[in-house]
Amino acid sequence: MKVLVAVKRVVDYNVKIRVKADQTGVETQNVKMSMNPFDEIGVEEAIRLKEAGTATEVVAVSLGVQQCQETLRTALAMGADRGIHVKTDEELQPLAVAKLLKAVVDKEAPELVILGKQAIDDDANQTGQMLSALLGWSQGTFASEIAPENGTLHVTREIDGGLEKVDLKMPAVVTTDLRLNEPRYASLPNIMKAKKKPIDTMEPGDLGVDIAPRLTTLKVEEPPKREAGIKVETVSDLVDKLKNEAKVI
Amino acid sequence: MSVAQPTANDTSAQAAAQSAKSEARPRFQWDDALLLDDQLNEDERMVRDAAHAYCQENLQTRVLEANRHETFHREIMNELGELGFLGSTIEGYGCAGVNYVCYGLVAREVERVDSGYRSAMSVQSSLVMHPIHAYGTEEQRQKYLPKLATGEWVGCFGLTEPDHGSDPAGMKTRAKKVDGGYVVSGSKNWITNSPIADVFVVWAKTEDDVIRGFILEKGMKGLDAPKIEGKFSLRASVTGMIMMDEVFVPEENLLPNVSGLKGPFGCLNKARYGISWGALGAAEFCWQQARQYTLDRKQFGRPLAATQLIQKKLADMQTEITLGLQSVLRLGRLMDEGRAAPEMISMLKRNSCGKALDIARTARDMHGGNGVSDEYHVIRHVMNLEAVNTYEGTHDVHALILGRAQTGLQAFSAQ
Repeated sequence: MKVLVAVKRVVDYNVKIRVKADQTGVETQNVKMSMNPFDEIGVEEAIRLKEAGTATEVVAVSLGVQQCQETLRTALAMGADRGIHVKTDEELQPLAVAKLLKAVVDKEAPELVILGKQAIDDDANQTGQMLSALLGWSQGTFASEIAPENGTLHVTREIDGGLEKVDLKMPAVVTTDLRLNEPRYASLPNIMKAKKKPIDTMEPGDLGVDIAPRLTTLKVEEPPKREAGIKVETVSDLVDKLKNEAKVI
Repeated sequence: MSVAQPTANDTSAQAAAQSAKSEARPRFQWDDALLLDDQLNEDERMVRDAAHAYCQENLQTRVLEANRHETFHREIMNELGELGFLGSTIEGYGCAGVNYVCYGLVAREVERVDSGYRSAMSVQSSLVMHPIHAYGTEEQRQKYLPKLATGEWVGCFGLTEPDHGSDPAGMKTRAKKVDGGYVVSGSKNWITNSPIADVFVVWAKTEDDVIRGFILEKGMKGLDAPKIEGKFSLRASVTGMIMMDEVFVPEENLLPNVSGLKGPFGCLNKARYGISWGALGAAEFCWQQARQYTLDRKQFGRPLAATQLIQKKLADMQTEITLGLQSVLRLGRLMDEGRAAPEMISMLKRNSCGKALDIARTARDMHGGNGVSDEYHVIRHVMNLEAVNTYEGTHDVHALILGRAQTGLQAFSAQ
């Protein structure tokens, strides 16, 4: 079974996000970038499937600027077998990403596609679902456990009320939740080995996909600063403030 | 003073000035002032990131208790091995074969947590695996390196003696030639990892007064490695003695390809290079803790960081660390090109340790009373760096090496 994993290059989770001065987006110049943590979980899961003998090949895909190759190298250093880079400097919105991934899936014919449930930059949580719809494949989102068995994928999903177990007919699309696994660290020998693993590069045009944005960003702003709380003397003060200042009662 | 005026036909300069004006002012990154990150290649950044993540998630969480109760978690050696941090610059034998810049970056990340952990790693890599690789036979490499690389075996390095620290040439440990090998007698002091070591690289003088290296193994008759108690520095790593009472060492355990002090000094050069990066990792931790603490701590109605005394200290720390990192990166590149002289390593081992110790002490001061509590971690770094500044060539002895190198006059002995 071939497994395809999508990995996105995002601002590192430790970085304090700053809005660009012209309010068109967030600052990414001289900012540490790394693999989206949910995608890291996806890579780990795919490698575990390979180590268990279930998967035969793990292919990592990243879409975007040249430096996405570093993100792919990280996936290769964790244990993926090869990488595919669809290179573009254009802004990619979830629908465009899903269409590009579909084109890659059509070429590669994997039986399982694993994505993070969302990317920590735009928190869109759309790509996996859109990809599944475009492919006409089953989807198991927010997975906390997956187990393939004779053409069926048992998926445990994290939902508001608890855990939901679904069986998917394969091929299938899975999106990872936080508790699916704990990703490994790339070891030094594997980082060195990753240098020799192949990365195919192509452009959206090669895949025949229109990536024109459908959404327009009007303005990006910092959230308002939270103000310090105050202590009130009496209950009637509290009621007064709730009524007249907060206007909640 | 004359200022060159652009002439009418100097259009390229005008164009450059114009475009510079239209571009936004480059942003200053306070924690990477000269953009060291940009000077690393993709592999080096990946190594740094993997090391940083492991150290923060798996070492930082253990160090408080380890230091408080003076315990070395032996399994850390296996974890370091699994990540390929042990003997990382060696090619083959289960080692990663990364460059010296990567080795330095890992040392910096480990020592950001604790100098004791970095010591354990340095000793295994530079002082045990390196000499076996550089001076040993192929059989010795095959026998020892793979198990040392995984951390299944722990190694230690015996050079310093109770009466011979900065002056190792005066060592008293003797190796007497006997049938089939040598009989080694003597004692070594301040040996990182010795109480838990499986493999001991010991330097001893043969009857013709030449220093040779020997590989001893745990369990050899007459070999003992007691722990040194009451250490107030590097408490998260274990230190001991090596006592050798007529230990028979078979011929095949002699390191055949080196004799004289250049053997141990070749090892120490590699280790000192690692220390020059590592100490700056500890300094970075202390600086950033002090910055955060003084931002959060309010006295007299404002954060401590709003005062000039504090800002001056922070600026000094930032400057020394930034300059120090630039220099150790340069040294790493020279090591990778095979152009690093031992004096360069002396200069930066000395500089990094001295500056790091000073930064740690100042950071301790900026933490006020809380600075003496181990929960703020800074006092631990102060204690550790006292040893780091002393071991592998003291601050003063490295000054003598640099003094000799520029005057041609040695100041070590009175001869």
